[in-house]
Amino acid sequence: MTYEDIRTVVVEVLASVAPEGDFDRLKPDRPLRDQLDIDSYDFLNIIVQLHERLGVDIPETDYRHLSSLDGVVAYLAQRMSR
Amino acid sequence: MSEFRMPSLGADMESGTLVEWLVRPGQAVKRGQVVAVVETQKGAVEVEIWEDGIVQALLVQPGACVPVGEVLATLADDTPLPAPMPPPLPSGEGVEVLPARSIPASESIPSQPIPDSSRQPTVRLRASPAARRRAQELGVDLAGIHGTGPNGAVSLEDVEHAARAAQTRATRPAAGAYDPAAMRAAIAAAMAKSKREIPHYYLGTSIDVGHAQDWLSETNAQRPVKARILFAAVLLAAVARGLREVPELNGFWIDGSFQSAESVHLGVGIALRGGGLVAPAIQHADRMSVSELMQALGDLVQRARAGALRSSELNTATVTVTNLGEQGVESVYGVIYPPQVALVGLGKILERPWVQDGAVCVRPVVNATLAADHRASVGHRGALFLAALDRLLQEPEKLA
Repeated sequence: MTYEDIRTVVVEVLASVAPEGDFDRLKPDRPLRDQLDIDSYDFLNIIVQLHERLGVDIPETDYRHLSSLDGVVAYLAQRMSR
Repeated sequence: MSEFRMPSLGADMESGTLVEWLVRPGQAVKRGQVVAVVETQKGAVEVEIWEDGIVQALLVQPGACVPVGEVLATLADDTPLPAPMPPPLPSGEGVEVLPARSIPASESIPSQPIPDSSRQPTVRLRASPAARRRAQELGVDLAGIHGTGPNGAVSLEDVEHAARAAQTRATRPAAGAYDPAAMRAAIAAAMAKSKREIPHYYLGTSIDVGHAQDWLSETNAQRPVKARILFAAVLLAAVARGLREVPELNGFWIDGSFQSAESVHLGVGIALRGGGLVAPAIQHADRMSVSELMQALGDLVQRARAGALRSSELNTATVTVTNLGEQGVESVYGVIYPPQVALVGLGKILERPWVQDGAVCVRPVVNATLAADHRASVGHRGALFLAALDRLLQEPEKLA
């Protein structure tokens, strides 16, 4: 899976959790939480969906790497290349 | 014969629009069955009936907006002793909100949990209220639309997409799954009533949640991703059990006296996208494990945002919890939701210097607050609740 493929999946997952989000204006290096109005329940949903779509089991201790879109994609790419 | 009326789904509700009947004349209905979908300022709500019987006539057609208390349908008895009817309600006078107890508590609060099997007697379309409204405006049949929202719910976008596909001229899209202005007006009315009538007192305390967080991390590490528990569920479990120890905080202030509730139906403030707020209840939260509470919370959040709450969830909360920690505030001093008599506020969990065994260390600490009705309780009792909350959070394994 390429970086771009992963990014596409992540954006799809984010859009399903925050359907009202403005993805055209999303700043990829800024926190998702504020930009998409995501709470901890939404965040858990995102983790569950990424696990289902990509098979990556994300431990809670790694949540800190997942604050921005770029961060999520980089983390997943690294985990999937192992 | 008896009557099925437009229920009050909270102190702030004056009227509702019938969206859909899920039963037809001649059909037998059971207590607890979802019989209609009503759109309120809080979005679409699945309305349950609280008597067994046979539907005689449907008096209100889908699309009609009727005041709380209006007869929606008549029911023929198939039980020897019919339940007493709610008293006729005064007609809405515009400004004054109707009390939430326009349905007697004995009827609106099921005495026992409703079996799940009776909840979804018919398969029906899931669609956000905005989507339903839009579909009606555009003359699009919801049944013909493939839903892409939560649980396959038809979203506003799906409706508009279908309308465009059908070459129907689409106009300005609505902002969200409910009308924010109407919801704001409803919240304003309920909160103004609260501040006008309820003599609030406020207490707050800082609680070390380090043990509880460690316990949850260990628990979650052994669970699959899908079964992970949010710390909010641990807090809710402790709040619900703590409230059981101080019954003066759990119940309703009605007609000049306090009626305590037997069980803790925990209202949980849930923010909706676009600035809305609902506080549906988790029934019998004081008897649930952390894991069961997580499941109930997840279910509730998802349905609140998809516009599929049930009437029993909106008019039965005996107390409410608001958790604003995620927005970064340290403390929240709440406004009580009438006719309830208390509101528990939880702030952000922060690492703080903390003195333990005579030494300063760093611990994760949450500020827990209580806003309570001085007509129903005194500060001493309120303080006992916060002390109980602290004690319960030091022994998280007992909440499991």
